[in-house]
Amino acid sequence: MAYSKKVVDKFEKTLNEPAKFNVGRFNPKDTDVGTGMVGAPACGDVMKLQIKCKLEGNQHVISDVKFKTYGCGSAIASSSELVEMLIGKTLEEAKEIKNKDIADALELPPIKIHCSVLAEDSIKQAIEDFEQKQ
Amino acid sequence: MAKKLNLPIYMDYASTTPVDPRVAEKMLAFMTLDGDFGNPASRSHKYGWQAEKAVEEARSHVANLVNCDPREIVWTSGATEADNLAIKGVANFYASRGKHIITSKIEHKAVLDPCRQLERDGYEITYLDPNENGCITLDSIKAAIRPDTILISIMHINNELGTVNDIKSIGSFAREKGIFFHVDAAQSTGKVDIDLTNLEVDLMSFSAHKTYGPKGIGALYVSRKPRVRIEAQIHGGGHERGMRSGTLATHQIVGMGEAFRIAKTEMKSDLKKIKGFHSKFLDGIKDIDEIYINGGLNDKVNNILNVSFAYVEGESLIMALKDIAVSSGSACTSASLEPSYVLRALGREDELAHSSIRFSFGRFTTEDDINHTLSILSNAVERLRELSPLWEMHLDGIDMSKVEWNTH
Repeated sequence: MAYSKKVVDKFEKTLNEPAKFNVGRFNPKDTDVGTGMVGAPACGDVMKLQIKCKLEGNQHVISDVKFKTYGCGSAIASSSELVEMLIGKTLEEAKEIKNKDIADALELPPIKIHCSVLAEDSIKQAIEDFEQKQ
Repeated sequence: MAKKLNLPIYMDYASTTPVDPRVAEKMLAFMTLDGDFGNPASRSHKYGWQAEKAVEEARSHVANLVNCDPREIVWTSGATEADNLAIKGVANFYASRGKHIITSKIEHKAVLDPCRQLERDGYEITYLDPNENGCITLDSIKAAIRPDTILISIMHINNELGTVNDIKSIGSFAREKGIFFHVDAAQSTGKVDIDLTNLEVDLMSFSAHKTYGPKGIGALYVSRKPRVRIEAQIHGGGHERGMRSGTLATHQIVGMGEAFRIAKTEMKSDLKKIKGFHSKFLDGIKDIDEIYINGGLNDKVNNILNVSFAYVEGESLIMALKDIAVSSGSACTSASLEPSYVLRALGREDELAHSSIRFSFGRFTTEDDINHTLSILSNAVERLRELSPLWEMHLDGIDMSKVEWNTH
């Protein structure tokens, strides 16, 4: 299990200071919140990502993010990494985030690439959920 | 002042054990010029004779621990080779009698993979399910036998769960039916009493490195009375009465012999200590919510404890427990990305298999090791649950079996 130092750092920081690293939840019924949940317990990873958006000019901007992840160390690190990338981005910019961005930032080994794919899926789903509410 | 802890704390004795320093010291005397470095097969000089004497002494120590005749011990490179030799050896030798073999779904890969290979060669294998406690029942074996069954291969102690199979009654049944019985006992030596004069077992595999000996050496017990024949799998000189060719690794063999000699004399005190650790550990985790002990507590050895911490993924728990060296049934720790097949066979849901950790203790585990592990374990589980959407759903009372998951 060759983990990069970045994965280990991210995982440990998130575990030690969950609040600072956006672990938590918003009320999924709020109209300014979009929720995405991907993965399955049987597969060993589930990510729940929630974005809170506000209107700036004519664009929605992600003002806050909360997440919870069940999964291996790199799944947790991937979601935490993604969360950092999201805050302050417009929805259009957020849609551009690819799993490769996360995998590269964390130097994920090939066997863990699916963790970053899951993270990409979670943001897509959260945005979709938010847009449906508008 | 307590002795400083050696971090990470080693709690993976079922995977391998450190070599006992007494064993390592003894081995050193069989390698260099000033030691007994000779080839045990050399009959023409003292170097060979000395090495042969050491090999035979080691063979007696191994035989002595399991109460058999030293002539029934065949050296191999480890339990994997012993399992291969037993299973393929019997299957090949007795192919004309039948081509059906019974084994179980919770065997080690060293048994399952040779069985798969035999399937490709035209044999039929029945893989039995364990009961809910993780044991193979005699009834399931009785139901599986056929007129062409030639071999039953069932492990003594399961390496993931620590559960113990009743090899005494399986052995008498097999003997009564005229079916050969092989037992993988890699996890057993020094953990439970084995008395081969009282067991109707034809073949038994042993490993040195699970019992404080070196890696790379093991043995196969091949019963002489009644006699079981096996076809050699490695040819080249006819060593070990033709059953396993290859120059004997004197230092490895001496190491295994010494390790098994020590196991015999110290088993009682080792077991007493480990029993204490086991109860202390169980007591220390009992207040953590939603944990499941895998394998029946009454049917297992005390040195292995396999626990699922629901809603926490095993590999992340291992990362959170960085001061503890343990292993997990989680898919993420394996190359195959499949969760433990043993836990699946036990009927555990995949999510509980993903959440399992195997703690295993041994001769060099200390009270402080246990205390330190317990002191960080519940905190790590708690923090990971705080991160877990499943734990949140559990607390909200959501029935997760009814959720439609977005699998990827």
